[in-house]
Amino acid sequence: MSENIDRVNETEAAVQDVKPDGHKDQKKREPLFHITKRGQLPLIQAIGIRAAAIVLALIVGGIVSVFVTGKNPIDIYASIFDGAFGNGDRAWVTLQEIAVLLGISLAVTPAFRMRFWNTGAEGQVLIGCLATAACMFWIGGSVPEWLLIVIMLGASIIAGILWGVLPAVFKAFWGTNETLFTLMMNYVAIQLVESFLKIADKSGSNTVGPTILVHGWVPNLFGVQYLLNIVIVAALCVLMYIYLKKTKQGYEISVVGESENTARYVGINVKKVIIRTMAISGAICGLIGFLLVGATSHSIDADLVGGRGFTAIMVSWLAKFNPVIMVLTSFLLVFLDLGAGEMSSALGLNKSYGEILTGIILFFIIGCEFFVQYKINVNKNHKFFVKKGEKEVLE
Amino acid sequence: MKGAIALELKHVTKRFGAVVANHDVSLSVHHGEILAVLGENGSGKTTLMNMISGIYYPDEGEIYIDGNKAQILSPKDSFKYGVGMIHQHFKLVDVFSATENIVLGIEDGKKFNLKESSARIAEIADKYGFEISPEKKIYNMSVSEKQTVEILKVLYRGADILILDEPTAVLTPQETDKLFAVLRRMRDDGKCIIIITHKMHEVLSLSDRVAVLRKGEYVGTVETAMTSESELTEMMVGKKIALNIDRTDALGLGERLVVDKLNCLDEYGVKVLQDVSFSVHGGEILGIAGIAGSGQKELLEAIAGIQPTESGKISYIEPESKELIDLRTKTTAEIRDLGIRLSFVPEDRLGMGLVGNMDAVDNMMLRGYEKSTVFVDRKKPKELADKIIDELEVVTPGTSTPVRRLSGGNVQKLLVGREIASAPKVFMAAYPVRGLDINSSYTIYNLLTKQKESGVAVMFVGEDLDVLMDLCDRIMVIASGKITGIVDARTITKEELGLLMTKTTSVFEDRESRTNSEEKESLSDE
Repeated sequence: MSENIDRVNETEAAVQDVKPDGHKDQKKREPLFHITKRGQLPLIQAIGIRAAAIVLALIVGGIVSVFVTGKNPIDIYASIFDGAFGNGDRAWVTLQEIAVLLGISLAVTPAFRMRFWNTGAEGQVLIGCLATAACMFWIGGSVPEWLLIVIMLGASIIAGILWGVLPAVFKAFWGTNETLFTLMMNYVAIQLVESFLKIADKSGSNTVGPTILVHGWVPNLFGVQYLLNIVIVAALCVLMYIYLKKTKQGYEISVVGESENTARYVGINVKKVIIRTMAISGAICGLIGFLLVGATSHSIDADLVGGRGFTAIMVSWLAKFNPVIMVLTSFLLVFLDLGAGEMSSALGLNKSYGEILTGIILFFIIGCEFFVQYKINVNKNHKFFVKKGEKEVLE
Repeated sequence: MKGAIALELKHVTKRFGAVVANHDVSLSVHHGEILAVLGENGSGKTTLMNMISGIYYPDEGEIYIDGNKAQILSPKDSFKYGVGMIHQHFKLVDVFSATENIVLGIEDGKKFNLKESSARIAEIADKYGFEISPEKKIYNMSVSEKQTVEILKVLYRGADILILDEPTAVLTPQETDKLFAVLRRMRDDGKCIIIITHKMHEVLSLSDRVAVLRKGEYVGTVETAMTSESELTEMMVGKKIALNIDRTDALGLGERLVVDKLNCLDEYGVKVLQDVSFSVHGGEILGIAGIAGSGQKELLEAIAGIQPTESGKISYIEPESKELIDLRTKTTAEIRDLGIRLSFVPEDRLGMGLVGNMDAVDNMMLRGYEKSTVFVDRKKPKELADKIIDELEVVTPGTSTPVRRLSGGNVQKLLVGREIASAPKVFMAAYPVRGLDINSSYTIYNLLTKQKESGVAVMFVGEDLDVLMDLCDRIMVIASGKITGIVDARTITKEELGLLMTKTTSVFEDRESRTNSEEKESLSDE
């Protein structure tokens, strides 16, 4: 019977060829383990599982690193940290990146709480960028700078709302699939930006930079380059938390998201809530677009948002749509991304290696949620655990 | 008649997280015997049977089939042991015929031959007295025909041990009688039959022995012939309880809600309500009987302003001013804003009446949140939640626990409590005791009666005809979206109700004149 050890937990395979009768055959068919759902886990235990996942992630990541690169894993982790927070400048860049990612995540969150799968944040931010850049390009110089900035802000928010509300209207009235619709709107935004680039810069460059967009630069707060974005997003985070948890509209969003039937039952106008919420979602995206172009880069290209509209989905989900937890999840993703990038170049490794390591760490952190939800019951009487001598006695 | 032991459970235990669904259950069933497994909802009946049919695997204990220890890891295994389970919710492919559904998934290495299979199915059906046409498509079948297909499916696979989970929940009294006749014939043929139920009279009329479960514990097995309804109830609940509904006379406060020739289509454009006309009076309980899915849901939702309607009239009559307000074209929000206090306990508690993932406070807020302007006030809902938990004895860890974690009875108490709290003029409840234990059920019946006594017009959609006849003042029967009768609950018999429930060709004019006279009669009685 020892030849069966390596297939004991393949219960499916074991089921196939066994006759129902006969005691001997029965013994080896007992499952090695089975999975049950946990009740509510105490907070300490839940945190413990997640902490264990991080430690495990670092260990596995370290082992893989040693085998693949031959470098000391401690050096690798130190250099990741150095990459994100190594000096003042890097720390500011990291904070700014967190602010942008968190801002977009905050934008998609009300929609997600409503179970409206907005995959169009990328386009909604980009169209905000475009509206800002267009104002800078065409209106810049003909109105006072402060007025230009106000116009840029208004235009970007309106553009974001337009990109958010359009799929919402179609969803509310005709039941179209919002995931596909918002996704396709991304490509429309990208194409519009491409056209703008051709108009604004006849040289055919794929970036319109600060040499062309000379007007409408949003002034720095206290002379610190990224502080304005960080302050705005921090304020947004608090406001979003209050909006979702304490206001009537936030409550309506939760009811519509949890159960449209309940919403109809208590007389909530579901269409109105869907459209209103997507307008808010789009407006915040537009605002982030304004900050990206007007306050940060003063340039625009089709890849300016750089996939953060999609990463934001992960940030929001990982935080279970809680704006405060999202600070942590966006920090984690930005930290790993920037740190791993720096680490690869500092240690002279292929850039992909940083991504591999990030993947390993995320795998553990996301995977541990399974163990928070479910418990694995190991069958201690299984012959896998019974020593050879005892086994013969058993039979 | 009784043969050898077919199935034996020894010290079976099954846990789900911290919940013990079955604790140390031991019981046995013989060939040629019908065993009823009796217990309240949540007592672990279905979990126990799912372990025999391979859906769950026991944490502890053993299962023996025909004297041999059985390891049942999947439903496929259970077939090999000759166990067949007929679930409460049918698992059939709608566009397939009976035969196709029955042979689906059989891998016996033989050539696939539908004709031959049909013949064998007809033979089995003949033997036990089933009525079935093997070529009929499932979507053309009634609920009882679908159930027949499910039973034939396990018989075709050679099942010797049949487990039926609440088989009569969806059947009319006449269909139930037919099913029981078939089951008796199968028993006499030496099959071992286990029937899960919580209906006492079915246990007494059908089974040979009764095994009682209570909160996952095995209480004991008794010979049906040697026991009584009160003894079984006591075993099931753990204490003696009085099962009486204290019905008072209707108050006769005049019409409160008048529905006139209401027509309604469902989302696929199929007519679900056809020329429905009736009235509800203040201070009475109008029962609504009918086979599940006959239009009860749409009717109540149409009155509540949730379900759009085609034509007709739904008039609400203000009790003081006698002012007539048409509700048919109004939305839920408009009805609410007019100050018409209409309460509705929908069939789908956690999908419509409450939000499962929200706590008791937020669920209380579903009614009344609209009065707030920007911020919501959770103080009053919290007070209401505390009050309901206190008064209706809701068992819950606290007001911040998501309500889906509560048992069905406690969920329902929260919902009914909230709906009563608004001091309604019209109170509608759809299947309010479905899935509730006996004590909670009677709590709900008493709450409905109290509403009636305080002058509310109560509408009660129920499935247990005995309860409808004990609780209501009048019973309206609905069949395929048409009203087939409005009768006096005090004088009607169960058989008459059963006939009305299956009556499909109703002559409208004829019925109208007859029910009108009946209505007058029943009112003059009171």
